[in-house]
This record gives sequence, C-alpha cells and structure tokens, in this order.
Amino acid sequence: MNIIITISITAFIVLYAGLFKANKALLPLTVVGLLTALGFTFCAWNGNAVHFGMMQTDNFALAFSGVCIIGTLLIFLLTQNYFHAKSDNIAEYYTLILFALAGMIMMVSYKNMAMLFVGLEIMSVSLYILAGIRKKDFASNEASLKYFLMGAFSTGFLLFGITLIYGATGSFDLDKIQAYLVNNTTSVSPIFYPGVILMMIGLCFKVGAAPFHFWTPDVYEGSPSLITTFMSTVVKTAGFAAFLRLFAGALAPLHDFWVAPLMVIVCLTLFIGNVTALFQKNFKRMLAYSSISHAGYLLFSLIVLTKNSGNNVLVYTAAYTFASIIAFAVLILVKQKTGSDSFESFNGLGKKNPLVALSLTIAMLSLAGIPLTAGFIGKYLMFLNVMTQYKTLLVAFAILNALVGFYYYFKVIVAVWFKDGAETELSTPVQYKVVLLVSVVITLILGIYPAIILNLI
Amino acid sequence: MEQLLLLIFLPLVGAIITAFAGKSAKIVSTVFSVTSLVLALVIACNFIPNANTQFEVNLPWIADLGINFHAGIDGISMLVVLLTNLLVPIIILSSYKHEYKNPAAFYGLILFMQCGLLLVFTALDAFLFYIGWEAALIPIYFICAIWGGKDRIRINMKFFVYTIAGSLFMLMGIIYLYLQNPAHNFDIQAFYALNLDSAQQGWIFWAFFIAFAIKMPIFPFHTWQPDTYTAAPAQGTMLLSGIMLKMGIYGVIRWLLPIVPAGVYDWGQVAIILSIIGIVYASLIAFTQKDAKRLVAYSSIAHVGLISAGIFAFNQQGMQGAMVQMLSHGINVVGLFFVLDIIFSRVKTNKIEELGGIAKVAPQLAIAFLIIVLGTVALPGTNGFIGEFLLLMGVYNYGIWAAAIAGLTIIFGAVYMLRMYQNVMLGETNSLTITFTDIKGTEKLVLYTICALIIVLGVYPKPILHLTEASVQHLLEQVNQKLNTVN
Repeated sequence: MNIIITISITAFIVLYAGLFKANKALLPLTVVGLLTALGFTFCAWNGNAVHFGMMQTDNFALAFSGVCIIGTLLIFLLTQNYFHAKSDNIAEYYTLILFALAGMIMMVSYKNMAMLFVGLEIMSVSLYILAGIRKKDFASNEASLKYFLMGAFSTGFLLFGITLIYGATGSFDLDKIQAYLVNNTTSVSPIFYPGVILMMIGLCFKVGAAPFHFWTPDVYEGSPSLITTFMSTVVKTAGFAAFLRLFAGALAPLHDFWVAPLMVIVCLTLFIGNVTALFQKNFKRMLAYSSISHAGYLLFSLIVLTKNSGNNVLVYTAAYTFASIIAFAVLILVKQKTGSDSFESFNGLGKKNPLVALSLTIAMLSLAGIPLTAGFIGKYLMFLNVMTQYKTLLVAFAILNALVGFYYYFKVIVAVWFKDGAETELSTPVQYKVVLLVSVVITLILGIYPAIILNLI
Repeated sequence: MEQLLLLIFLPLVGAIITAFAGKSAKIVSTVFSVTSLVLALVIACNFIPNANTQFEVNLPWIADLGINFHAGIDGISMLVVLLTNLLVPIIILSSYKHEYKNPAAFYGLILFMQCGLLLVFTALDAFLFYIGWEAALIPIYFICAIWGGKDRIRINMKFFVYTIAGSLFMLMGIIYLYLQNPAHNFDIQAFYALNLDSAQQGWIFWAFFIAFAIKMPIFPFHTWQPDTYTAAPAQGTMLLSGIMLKMGIYGVIRWLLPIVPAGVYDWGQVAIILSIIGIVYASLIAFTQKDAKRLVAYSSIAHVGLISAGIFAFNQQGMQGAMVQMLSHGINVVGLFFVLDIIFSRVKTNKIEELGGIAKVAPQLAIAFLIIVLGTVALPGTNGFIGEFLLLMGVYNYGIWAAAIAGLTIIFGAVYMLRMYQNVMLGETNSLTITFTDIKGTEKLVLYTICALIIVLGVYPKPILHLTEASVQHLLEQVNQKLNTVN
C-alpha cells in the first residue's frame, strides 16, 4: 500500500512542480520518490500483508514491483536531454509515467479482480496519452489512436470475462474463485469457461501475444522511443505478472482446460514474432517484433505450472527488461545523431564508440540467449520448466525459433562491428552512461551468478 | 585444486588485462599464454597417469538448479589441456608479423576463447561443459567476423547458426538427463550411473552427436567448415582447426560414449559410416582444390573423419589412436595453416597454380613445410604415423572393409598433400615468387618448434600414450560394464 501511495504522491508533486516551472527539480523529485517506493518494497518483504481484501503484497507482488520500479527509474534517467529538447510541458511526461507505474503495482499485487481492472485501466489510460504525447507528430497520433482502440477493445474482453467468472462464482476474490474450482471440480458452471477464455484473450492483448499482437509494431514504432522503452519493458513485465497471478494462481485447477488454447497462442507467438522480426529493416520495429517473440517464451511458464513458474518469469522479465533498456537507450542516442532508426544508422558504431557498442552487443547477446548473460538463464529456466513434463517437441520448436532470433539480433552486432559506416561519434550524456553501466552489470551478474534471484518468490 | 582454477582462469584474467593493454596487447597476451603453458606443464608433471580424476574442484555455483563448478583432470583431459595451452602461445607468436587493427580486442578474444576451451576440457558438470562450449564459440565468431576476409559476415553467420543449433539440441539432451537424474544435478558421475532404456539413449545420442558432429565436422554436417576456414584470419583458422574441433572429439569421448553406450551401440555404425564417407568425400574434393587453404581445410575433414571412426570403433587401439592423433593433428594443421599464412602474407595468394619454386628462394621454409607435410601424411617417424596407425588398427578390429576404405585416407592424403607441396614449393620460380624472402624471427621460432614436436612425438610417443592409457582403459571398461547391464 505504501508503495502505491508514495508513487501517487510523487506523481502529484511532480505535476505541481511542473506548474511552477521547476523543471530542474522534476528528475530529482521523481528519483527520490521512486527510491522511497523501492525502500518500502524491501521493507514489506516476507510480510505477505493483505490490504482491505483487495491487494496482497506477497513476495511475488513485491519482486515484480521491484523490477518495475527499477526499470522505471532507469527509464527516467534516460530522459536527460530527451523531453527537454522536444517540449516545454515535461512534467506531464513524468506524472503520466508515474501514474502508469502506480497502476502496474496494482496489477502485480491484486487479490481482487476489480483491482486488476482498475490497475490495468490506470496504466492503459496513462499510456494512451503517452503514446500520443507528440501532438504534432503524425506517427505518434496514429500510435495513440491504434493503441486506444485496441486497448479499449481488449479491456472489453477482459471485463466480460471477469463478469462471467463473477456470475459463476459470485466473487471477484482470487482465493474464493480458486476455492470454488477446488470444491466443484466436476460441476464448474458452464459460463466459467468462456469467462476464462475471454480473460485470456484480454490479457494476451495487453502483453502482445499473437494473434492479438497487431497493435504492437505500429504503436511501438510510432510512440516516442522512450515511451516505447517503457511499454516494451516495464509494462510488459507487469502484464505478465498479472497474467501469472490469475492463471498460475486462481485458475490453476482448470489448467487442463486452458492449456490447449494457450499452447496454440505460444506457438503462434513464437513463430510470428521471430519470423516477422527477421524481415524488419528498422531497428525499433525489430525490437517490437522481438518483444512479441519474448512473450512467447514467457508464456512457457504457464504451459507447465511448477512452483518455480513465478520466479522463472521474474528472471526472464528482469533479463529482458535490462537488455531492452540498453537497446533502446543506444537507439535513442543513435537517432539523436543520425535521425534514423534503421539498421544502417548503426553501421560502424563500434569504431568511434566502443563502450556503447559493447553494451549494445551484450544486450543483443542477452536477448538472443547466449550463455553468461541473463537472457540465457531466462531461456534456460523456461526450457527447463516445460521439459519437466518432457514437452520435447515444444522445446525443439522453441529452439528453431531461437535460431531465427540469432539472425536478427546478430544483424545488429554485424552492423555495429563489422560494417563500415559514417563513424559518427555519439554524444553520450552522463545519465545514459550510468544506465548503460547499471544494465550491463545486472545483465552479466544475473548471467554468471543467477543464484541471487532464483529463490525470491 | 587451486592449480586447476588458476589454469582455467588465468587466460580470462589475461584476456581482461589484454583488452586494456592497447598497443602492447601482443606482448601481454604472449606473456599470459606462455605462463599458461608453463602452468599446464607443471600440472602435467604433477599428474599421476592413472585413471583417477585429479586436481578436482567442486564448488557450488547455482545451487538451486543443481549446478556446480565441478572440474577435474584425467588422462584424456590432460592431453587436450596440454594441446590447448601449447597451441595458444604458438598461435599468438605466429601472429607477430601481422598488424591487426585493434590488437587489444584481437588478443583478448583469443585468451577468452582459451578459457572457454579449458572449461570444456576439464568440466565434470554438464552445465559447466555447456557454458564453456558456448564461451569458446562467441570469441571465435568475433575473431573470424571482424578480422576475416571476403564475405566474412555471411560465412560466419552460417558457422555460428550451425554450431549453436547443434549445441541447443545438446542442451535439450542435457536438461533431459538432468530431469532423469534423481539427485537433480548435472554431475557427470550421476549421468554415467543413469539407467536409460535404449529408446531414450537413442535420441539422446542424436541430440549430442549432432552437436559434436557439427563441431568436428563429420559429413554431412561439414558444409560450414571450408568457407569458414578460408575466410577466417590465419590465427582464427588455426584456433578453429587446431583446438576447437577437438571439442567435438573430446565431447564424444567424455560425454557421449559413457552416458549413452547403448545409443552408441545402436547408432555407432551410422556414425562410422558417416565418418568414412566423410574421409573419402573430403579427400576427393581436396584433390580438386585450387586454393591451398581450402585444400588443407578439406584434408582436415578427412583426418577428423578417421579420428571419429576410430572412436566409434570402440576399442583400445582406436581410442588411443584418437588421443595421439588429436594432439598430432592439432600441431600439424596449425603448422600447415601457418606456412600458408606466411606464403599469403608475402605474395598475397594461396592459389596453388600461381605459386612455385619457393624452395629455391626460401630453403628453410621449404624444409619446415616438408616436415609438416610429411607429418600430415603420416610418414613413419613423424607424429602423424603413430596416431593413424593406431586408428586404422582400431577400425580394422571393428571391420576389415571399414579399415580398407578408411585406409585410403593415407594414400589420398599423401597424393594431394605432396602434389600441393610440389606445385607450391618446387619447380621454377615465377615473377610472383622470385622476391620471396625466407622465414625469420618468430616465424622461425614457431616453425622450428612445430617441426621439433612432429619429430619428437613421432620417434618417442610413449609419454603421450602413457598419459592417456589408464584413463582410456578405464573408460572402455566402464562403458562395457554398463552395456552388459543394459543388455
């Protein structure tokens, strides 16, 4: 509870600071607010408190809150020179991102499905605005409109699903729903099943799993890069935590029923995400499609439910978040210099900016899942998870997809190191250096000694 | 145990220091690689040649997943560790005449790769083995793709995807074994003790075999090899052919045979047939090559085919032959590629027909090259002979026809290698080779070392045979015992 309150209050303070044109104070205020929230997250560890029957800050919720807050913090550090150059009303950016974060904290810790809905909406509405915040930019407007229409549509699915489940069980509470399923194994109400499927569709929309992914590439490409970073990392993490909380928790007794449609979704997501990413000429769009494929790997944790499912997702999303933040940070730097986000604009980057290029390389290796990076541990845990029931065909299929993944991630490495380009020297602000360093260090530590994060949940 | 940790991580420390050494990277990396060699020799001197695993290290690493840093050295490991630490300084010295751009990265990557290779050759934990396997691949990919020749990006992408495809399926096999293991860890002894039925062993055999076969490479998984060898920088080719392909051979001996003996029993014949096809096929293609580097690349496929046939023949002679030949092939092939590199750096071509008469202007190079070629074609008295003789004997014990066809490799090899030597070194000098200067400095040092090794090991191979004998025998007993319980 403290976490949400802190974040919300920070958001208001920042908004007022903006009103009084205290633009220099925005970032420090936000950082202090987020660090306080992070402190509360640590303090609440192992507390397992239930707040008004609506939210439960168990370790699962706290761990994902932690990842979301740290991710957001790093993204805020990337705002240096980013918003300032584009607009005067930068306090709105800060506030909206903070509100979205507050929504996400609810999404990762809800105990009542009403809270899931409220959290999801707080987050989504903030994001609709953020996507379209460059009001004179055509692509940004398009992204916002598309995101809004698709998002509203998917919320409809979700809400309808919640209603049907409420109709069958008479409760929004996750524990009561689970108790209902356990007590009525043979006589589950027929309206419960469509409820489950509708909720699955609604959540798949939000995390961008195929075949509900069509909004992702356009929205990611059209939104300002920093907002895209936020959407594809932190938002995705929260989405998966929400997904997992519902399906690996309350709906777990019905696993046999929903695993079949989920399997179809996983295979489609992996295939479509990877194969389409292969043909992209634009780095940002490639990252958008690759984020779809990562959604596929993440859903592995739901195909076989083990006691480690939650932790596996945590490791994977952490790995993915930090690697993506590096990728987007470098993208922003390159775009500021060259004005383009195609692969060509990365050509020859390594010659003049070896350290930035090295960070980008480590990020790509992590996303591709090469050992000694966090991404490998994530993928390994996912494979291990489904192998416990010997789903070898699924793993073989995932391996083939991973191979496709190597191609497009290495395209970046090839451009950076092996191709000759304009050899532009990037101007890397201090905060960017900090973010790159922190993310690289976390990626390597999680890759080399993941024991620190393996038993959190 | 500290010795082993030092052995494995010294190159890594060296890699990091080299990466920041700037212009003096060449010297720094030489110092570290030579120190590693000395360390390996010290360990070899303290090594007692029996079947026990020595210098064992077993530290918890990722305890929740049953992953330990478990490494140790037995006779088989000792041999490849020596080979690695011997070849790396030779390879680094062989690069002294080159001025690679960004030397800190170049030499850093070589040392980083050495660390990965040593992990592979000493790991007693399947996960650690896998990590080393990939840790050796990444640096060599960058070495070949940054400093390589024409069309290097496409060729190396193919190489990379090929090898990593194999290793991912191997990872799947490793996870399967882990789940079958009641203790839920990756320990090699626990894997040895597993009781898998022959269907399980069959598919695990393939999951591992493909990874190893791609690395060696065995026909029909070899298609990445000639292009990659040709396009790589000389030192990259030496690393790939001299050390990296031994990872595949070592993997078969250490992991494939003892874990799934019934799988090997069922499918080993297929492996032998593929190996023998590879020998003949690669030899025939080697005949037609116009580029000397490509010729040596194909000859390497033929030689590795024989080694693999010897291993899958599964008897003492074949296995011991494989051991000796691993060492000999590593030394000889590095020598061959170095000679070709010397020629290329002087006349900018490796096309056989454009060369000729070099012996007249560079007699020392000619003698060294001759010794290396003779070692490669397995002339008695050179190191190649001992290995190939034992290998053929092993294959003969398996089947006389297999040995008859595999024996062609020696005849074919002699023909195309000597013809290559004749066309490159002998005859009249032409406008290109008339200005050829003889070897000097580090070139001399490297080539003379290689020649000395070829002759010494050819005349007195006993220390090497003695080093591995007990371990090989132990391995065979272990596997036969396990086979008897399965059947």
